[in-house]
Amino acid sequence: MSRQTNILEYLENIVNIYPDKVCYANESEGFTFKQVYNSARAIGTFLYSQGHYKKPVVVFMKKHPKMIITFLGVVYAGDYYVPIDEEMPAHRIELIFKNLSPEAVICDESTKDKVKTFNYDKNVYLYDDIVKTTPDDTVLQGVFERAIDTDPIYVVFTSGSTGVPKGVVACHRSVIDYIESFSEVLGVNENTIFGNQTPLYVDASLKEIYPTLKFGATAYIIPKELFMFPMKLVEFLNEKKINTVCWVVPAFTMISGLGVLDKIKPEYLHTIAFGSEVFPMKQFLIWRKALPEAKFINLYGPTEATGMSCYYIVDREFSEDDVIPIGRPFRNTDIILLNEENRLADPGEPGEICIRGTSLTLGYYRDFERTGEAFVQNPLNDLYPELIYRTGDIGKYNERGELVFISRKDHQIKHMGHRIELGEIEAAIGRMSGIVNACCIFDNEKKKIVLYYVGDCSKAEVVNFAREKLPRYMIPHVVEKLDVMPLTTNGKINRLLLKEKYMNRKKESK
Amino acid sequence: MEALLKILEELHPDVDFEANKSLIDDKILDSFDIITLIAEINEEYDVRIPVEEIVPENFNSAESLYKLIQRLQDED
Repeated sequence: MSRQTNILEYLENIVNIYPDKVCYANESEGFTFKQVYNSARAIGTFLYSQGHYKKPVVVFMKKHPKMIITFLGVVYAGDYYVPIDEEMPAHRIELIFKNLSPEAVICDESTKDKVKTFNYDKNVYLYDDIVKTTPDDTVLQGVFERAIDTDPIYVVFTSGSTGVPKGVVACHRSVIDYIESFSEVLGVNENTIFGNQTPLYVDASLKEIYPTLKFGATAYIIPKELFMFPMKLVEFLNEKKINTVCWVVPAFTMISGLGVLDKIKPEYLHTIAFGSEVFPMKQFLIWRKALPEAKFINLYGPTEATGMSCYYIVDREFSEDDVIPIGRPFRNTDIILLNEENRLADPGEPGEICIRGTSLTLGYYRDFERTGEAFVQNPLNDLYPELIYRTGDIGKYNERGELVFISRKDHQIKHMGHRIELGEIEAAIGRMSGIVNACCIFDNEKKKIVLYYVGDCSKAEVVNFAREKLPRYMIPHVVEKLDVMPLTTNGKINRLLLKEKYMNRKKESK
Repeated sequence: MEALLKILEELHPDVDFEANKSLIDDKILDSFDIITLIAEINEEYDVRIPVEEIVPENFNSAESLYKLIQRLQDED
């Protein structure tokens, strides 16, 4: 096979093999590879004919197979897609648009009215209109031939500590590298039926989108509401014969924690990948017992290295006190653990997890400063330029030589599968009039974001403000008003003291 | 009922749980709220909500949720 340099080659190849097989579907509607191919090429032709080439194109749609088709359409035009959460507050969208200056926004019937509130005066297109364009093979072939594998294909926005979201830019090459290694570990093939849980506006959904195209598999988008009602969720998995899932940990623990697996089992499920958070061992053991034949895979990786970087295939028994390792890097990725002196950590010594390899993304969009802080010269190499990405996560090697995740270095947390900088919540609340200062801590045990603030606003006002300005998963669960903010001797907010205060309060209330 | 309202208010301080009867239909509660609720109800009322009862109808209002708790307590 000739060398692949463009992610669209997956689709161009598979459409000839499985034209009439269902590629992407939801609970009621499926799209065959041929339909995906034709629609994506129609959208690509349209965007290019409007003069949008090598530009950011926002995809603002509800979660649907059409949204994935639009991503591919944007790449066909030689542009890069920027998916935005349809539920994201207008304020955050404004920040993103300011950073991005998008060339166009593609919406659907359900989002088109919301786009009008954006204060955006460039091109807004409706999916159902532009998908009717007749594909122009000559134009698309021309775009394809001019593309190189370091050209960007998407930008996804993640939380930034200063309150300004960071747009991570990934190119064909890093995505191909990731998809090849990832598919190998999962054992994806043409019989794979994915059940997608993660939102399409985060890099996590790469796991279903591209392996489906590479192998001619099928990916179902699971309705979000089912994750509230776990019996119905498992019934859905069985109805659609879903055999492979890559979900965030809370989606699994909800099923096991409520005792669903005693009543009904996902009959077809044989490959179970999880990530984003540490899987509580008790819950993991329930899953393992219910599906002893299934392959369980722990995944770890930052958006900045295109999805996932490490994996561990569960190959032994665990007891309740154990932690599932994150294992080893994917093929063609290297992990180096750097201690505080920027030297290789000794076996057993904690160090910052740093990533080396083709899977590194291009960096942050229109932000050379923050790119330069996180993507740095490998301190172990003073001979030639070589970038590594510093994750800010602390890990170590266990006695078996497997990598184990320990904690975050800064105030970034993982909550409900989302990466959140507590500083971003603080910055947003800090902008509210009447607020003197605000500080967030995270109750790791109960998984709650706790906000302390000083100011003359009521708790309800603060919560309402947070709802307007922050995505749902960043809204504090507990809000407490203080008369004075405790400070450290260098004048920084004393987070440790606040955490102590919160833990004591929790004890008292019991 | 008061203890239940307190649990709910801690989840969403801005919602009037005595008035709102469509907590699921209006997407006020999300999946992770449901998990939190089940855990806290277990702690507060010492009842375990069986998974068959985790259906939209039982979670649409504080009232229906409280009825479920009472029903489960009676069954014990």
